[in-house]
Amino acid sequence: MSAVLEVKDLEISFGGVKAVDGLSFSANAKEIIAVIGPNGAGKTSAFNCITGFYKPTGGSVKLNGADVTGQRPADIAHAGVSRTFQNLRLFHDMTVLDNVRAGMHLYGGQNFFDAIFHTPRFKHSEAHYTEEAHYWLDFVGYRGRRGVPIRNLSYGQQKQVEISRALARKSDLLLLDEPAAGLNHSEKQSLLELVRRIRDLGTAVVLIEHDMGLVMEVSERIVVMNFGREIADGTPAEVKANPAVIEAYLGRDDDADDQDQEVAAHGDA
Amino acid sequence: MTIDNSTESIHTVEGGGKKRGAAAWISSVFENKYIGLVALAIALLMPFLIATPYAINIMTTAAIFVVLAAGLNIVVGYCGLLDLGYIAFLAVGAYTAGIIAKAFELPVLFTLPAVVIMCILAGLIIGAPTLRLRSDYLAIVTLGFGEITRITANNLTITGGPSGIYNIPGFLSIGGIDFQNPIIFYYLTVLIVAGLVLAAARLGKSRLGRAWKFVKEDEDAAEAMGIHTYKVKLLAYIFGAVWGGFGGMLFASHLTAISPMSFVFLQSALVLMAVVLGGMGNMKGVVLGALAISLLPELLRDFAAYRYLLFGLLLVVVMVFRPQGLWPPRGAEAERTKAQREAAAFANGLKK
Repeated sequence: MSAVLEVKDLEISFGGVKAVDGLSFSANAKEIIAVIGPNGAGKTSAFNCITGFYKPTGGSVKLNGADVTGQRPADIAHAGVSRTFQNLRLFHDMTVLDNVRAGMHLYGGQNFFDAIFHTPRFKHSEAHYTEEAHYWLDFVGYRGRRGVPIRNLSYGQQKQVEISRALARKSDLLLLDEPAAGLNHSEKQSLLELVRRIRDLGTAVVLIEHDMGLVMEVSERIVVMNFGREIADGTPAEVKANPAVIEAYLGRDDDADDQDQEVAAHGDA
Repeated sequence: MTIDNSTESIHTVEGGGKKRGAAAWISSVFENKYIGLVALAIALLMPFLIATPYAINIMTTAAIFVVLAAGLNIVVGYCGLLDLGYIAFLAVGAYTAGIIAKAFELPVLFTLPAVVIMCILAGLIIGAPTLRLRSDYLAIVTLGFGEITRITANNLTITGGPSGIYNIPGFLSIGGIDFQNPIIFYYLTVLIVAGLVLAAARLGKSRLGRAWKFVKEDEDAAEAMGIHTYKVKLLAYIFGAVWGGFGGMLFASHLTAISPMSFVFLQSALVLMAVVLGGMGNMKGVVLGALAISLLPELLRDFAAYRYLLFGLLLVVVMVFRPQGLWPPRGAEAERTKAQREAAAFANGLKK
C-alpha cells in the first residue's frame, strides 16, 4: 500500500530565500504526524506547497501515488486533501451550517436545473447536506448555535467549525495548521482526543503545532524543520533525544555569539 | 472541544435582546415566506388601480429593470464580482432579439434560444479573460467591455449604427390575442420577471449559490474546499448574462426600437445602484431596490426640475444610514430542533 501523502525533496523559494529546502516525508492512513520547528522554519510554506497555494520550485507531492505537484488547490482538494488555516479562514457572514456545507461542495448531488425547479433530487441533496453538517459539528463536539452567522461565535467555537468543515470533505489526508493555538488547557485536551478520533476514521493527519506537550502526546511521528530544512524525522522519543533538534530549539551550549549578546544585553540594562 | 455550557436548546431572539412591538412585527412581515407572492399579487393588481398608458409603460419598464437587477445580483451580490458594464448583456439580448426577429419576421419570443446562446457566449467572452483579475481591476475591465459593446453597436451596419433598430415585430400573437397590447404585455413581463427572480433566488440557496458566496467571502478558503473558483465565477457571469439577455428581449419588444443610446454607462450604474440600495445578496431586497430606482424618479415628478436632485439626496441618505442596503440578507437559518438532535444522537450512537 502506498502512502497517502508522499513529499519528496520539496523546495520553494521566494526571491533568494529558500523557505522550504528539500523537505521529504510521508504519511500513511491512520497515522498522526506532526511538523514542528521554530517560527519561520517553513512549516506553513510547506503546507501551502502541498495544498497547491504555492507552486513548489522543486520536488514532488504525491497523493495516493498520483503526482499532484503544482496543481491548483481545488484539484488537489479533489484528489483528497483538506486543510485548516493558521489564522481561521471562515466565511464570516454565513451561518455555521453553511460553513460546514462548504466542505461538502464536492459531494455534488444537484445541478442548477434541480435548484431552480426544486426537484426531489434537490430537496434530498439539501437534506443530506444539512444532516451531514450536523453530524460533523456533533463529531467535533460543537455545542453552540448553528443557524447564526459565524462571526458571532467565540474563537474556540470558530476553530471547531473550521475543523468540521475540513472533516466534511471526507478526505484521505487532513492538514491542521496550528489547531491548538489560542485554546485553553481543557480545550487542548479535547483537541487531543478529537485528533485521535479523526485518525480512527482512517484519515492521515498531519499537523503543525507549537505546543510540545500536545505534539509529543498525540503524534506517532514528528518531522522537525529549521530554516526550511528537515533536521529530524522520527518518533517523539527519538526526536526529543536528537541533538540537532535540541540545538534548533535551545541553541548550542557553546555558542559564543549568543553569550556575548547576552552579556551585552545585561550590560545595557 | 470547548466546555461551552450553552446548548442549542437555548433559543434567544436573534441579536440577543427581545425586539419589541413594531420592529418585531415588521421583521416578521418581511421574513414571511409568502412575501414574494404578495408582491406578485400587488404587481398583478396594479393595472386595476391605474391603467393609463403612461402608468402601464412605467410599470413595464420597472419590471424589466427588476430582472436586470436580479441578474446583476447574481454577479455582484452572490459572487462579489463588481461589474460596471452589466448593461452590455442587456444590449446583447436586445440586439439579438431585434435583429433576428426583424430579419426573419418572427415574433420576438421565438428569438429566445438565440438570445440565451448569444448571452452565454457574451458572458464567456467577457468573463473568461476578466475573471482572472480581482476586485478593482475587474471593475475597470468590465467598464471597458460595457463601452466596447455600445461603441460596437454604434458602428456596425447589422445593428443599424447610431439610429439602431426600429419596427421590431411584436412579442407574440396567437389567434386574436396580440401580446403587444400594453396591458397584456405588462402581465406577460411581470410573470416572466417573477419566474426569473424566483429562479435566481433559488439558485442563491443551492450548492452553486453557496459556492458563489464562499468565493465572495474568501476565495482561498473556497479553493481549499475543492471549489474551482474560476469556473464558479464564470458560471455567475453566465447566469447574470442570461438574465440580462431576458431583460434585453423584453426591452426590445416593449420599446419596438433600440439604439446604442439605451446602453450607456449610466444604465449600468443605475442597475448596480439598485442592487446596492436594495441589499446585495438578498433577492427580495434587490427587487425593492430596483423598484425604488425605477419608480422614484416618476413618483417625484411633482418636483419637476428638482426631482433628480431629490432622488440623489434620498440615495445618499439611505447609504449613509443603511450602508448594508434597505433589506440585506438575513444570514441566519433554522436551528436544529430538539427532536432532530435526539434522533441524530441516537443514530450516531448506533454507528458506534
